[in-house]
Amino acid sequence: MGIITDNLDLWSSTLLGTLVLFVAGGLLALVLGTLVGAMRVSPIPVARAVGTFYVNTIRNTPLTLVFFAFAFALPPLLGLRLTGDVSLTLAICALGIYTATYVAETIRSGINTVPVGQAEAARALGLTFGQVMTLVVLPQAFRSVIPPMMSVFIALLKNTTVAAGFSVVNLGSIRSYLSERGENQFVAILWVMVVFVVLVLLLSWAQRALENRWKVAR
Amino acid sequence: MRSRTRLAGAIAGLAVAALALTGCNSGSPGDPSDGAGDASDAPLWEVASDVQLEGSPTFDAMTKRGKVVIGVKNDQPGLGYEDAASGERSGFDIDIARWIAASLGFDEDQIEYQTIPSANREQAIVNGDIDYYVGTYSITDKRKEQIDFAGPYLITGQGLLVAADNKDINGPDDLAGKIVCSVTGSTPLQRIRDEYNPGDTVEYDTYSQCVDQLVQGSVDAITTDEAILAGYVAQQPDELKIAGEPFSEERYGVGIAKGDSELQAHINELFTDGGDVWQALFDEHLAPAGIKGEQPAVD
Repeated sequence: MGIITDNLDLWSSTLLGTLVLFVAGGLLALVLGTLVGAMRVSPIPVARAVGTFYVNTIRNTPLTLVFFAFAFALPPLLGLRLTGDVSLTLAICALGIYTATYVAETIRSGINTVPVGQAEAARALGLTFGQVMTLVVLPQAFRSVIPPMMSVFIALLKNTTVAAGFSVVNLGSIRSYLSERGENQFVAILWVMVVFVVLVLLLSWAQRALENRWKVAR
Repeated sequence: MRSRTRLAGAIAGLAVAALALTGCNSGSPGDPSDGAGDASDAPLWEVASDVQLEGSPTFDAMTKRGKVVIGVKNDQPGLGYEDAASGERSGFDIDIARWIAASLGFDEDQIEYQTIPSANREQAIVNGDIDYYVGTYSITDKRKEQIDFAGPYLITGQGLLVAADNKDINGPDDLAGKIVCSVTGSTPLQRIRDEYNPGDTVEYDTYSQCVDQLVQGSVDAITTDEAILAGYVAQQPDELKIAGEPFSEERYGVGIAKGDSELQAHINELFTDGGDVWQALFDEHLAPAGIKGEQPAVD
């Protein structure tokens, strides 16, 4: 326990870092992923092609490489100075853009659960593609994909630790700090694990709550 | 159509990967010193035979295994460096490690190196994954709670590495508004944050990543022990230089298992008696990079 109480400053700042990465990256992934998911089923061929290209390139690239591209290739291209804020923004973008591909595919699978007749009926009533998606298809699609979507976000939560190697303080980097303070790292890692288990349990609980609340009446 | 988009996706993915990899590797063209301190010309040391180290569990484990496992660094030119292409290791720390192995009766081909990053060093020694560690390992009281040190074998101090054309930074007091880079969680960076007033600090896993960012102009300075920085200057003398004088004292020791006083005494004796070997290694690896120093007395 001493490893926590003696280093409360570290634990709080790293936990905060993880939560910021998770929330900001998650929001970005959700918005971008929904857009891309919609693009992949849209009637416009260009939108479909762009969506497919995006998913197939980013999802096929290891997250660490995506981070490398953001942390090492982008700053010189854009002439960025690597302050702490810039590093954090780059990390959030890397996480968000990477996770968005999974969100997009999850949403697409949800869209596929909505019988095509509903979309056709909505079109027959004169709704535009945007209206069909936002009013008819997506509300049902979101409900049916809560479990896999939560898995995507749980993966995102754990993926935030990759940012530790790219100048963003989070639970993944606490080990280096604690080692420098002479703490036993094995104990540190065990505690990091405990924190993650608790965080993921919270997410699972949120998943159950959402499932109950948004249950599709059948 | 389908297979074509997939192919396009793969190509773009590769491009991103290549970009990322060049980003990470460009800082390590061939090593300046090619590990000559070993037995190639006149050997500096002989491999000892019939070594007895009564009551040293580490030595017993080595003998039983028939080889010695040494923890080292692989990304610090001049100190502990591994050539990515040939896999050959070189540097001052590496030769110190070889020297110790020879004194324990282990030949070159009975040495197994393990690259261990800074944060994992104590754990690797505590777990017994390595027999001893030689790699810019500063002796601190905190670390002594978990492990023991032999030596010190080198004394250096915290310095600043800047671009060769940088005239603003001449010491830690000139860091206002500047971005300083070092490895994650490192004490030198902590000291800069606490005692000086940098514009901002960034942290990567390895120094070479910091060097990349410095050469690209994304950060202004890198801080860590001068001996480590000097190796990068030797590698890219046209682009990098050391700014100002060292402003702390770091004493490098050999990390060994806690309580193994036999091994500790053996290594200390080796250092104390081996002044000319030490000098030869220093002259070969560190003096060309502009580091001045003399052999410290062991604790």
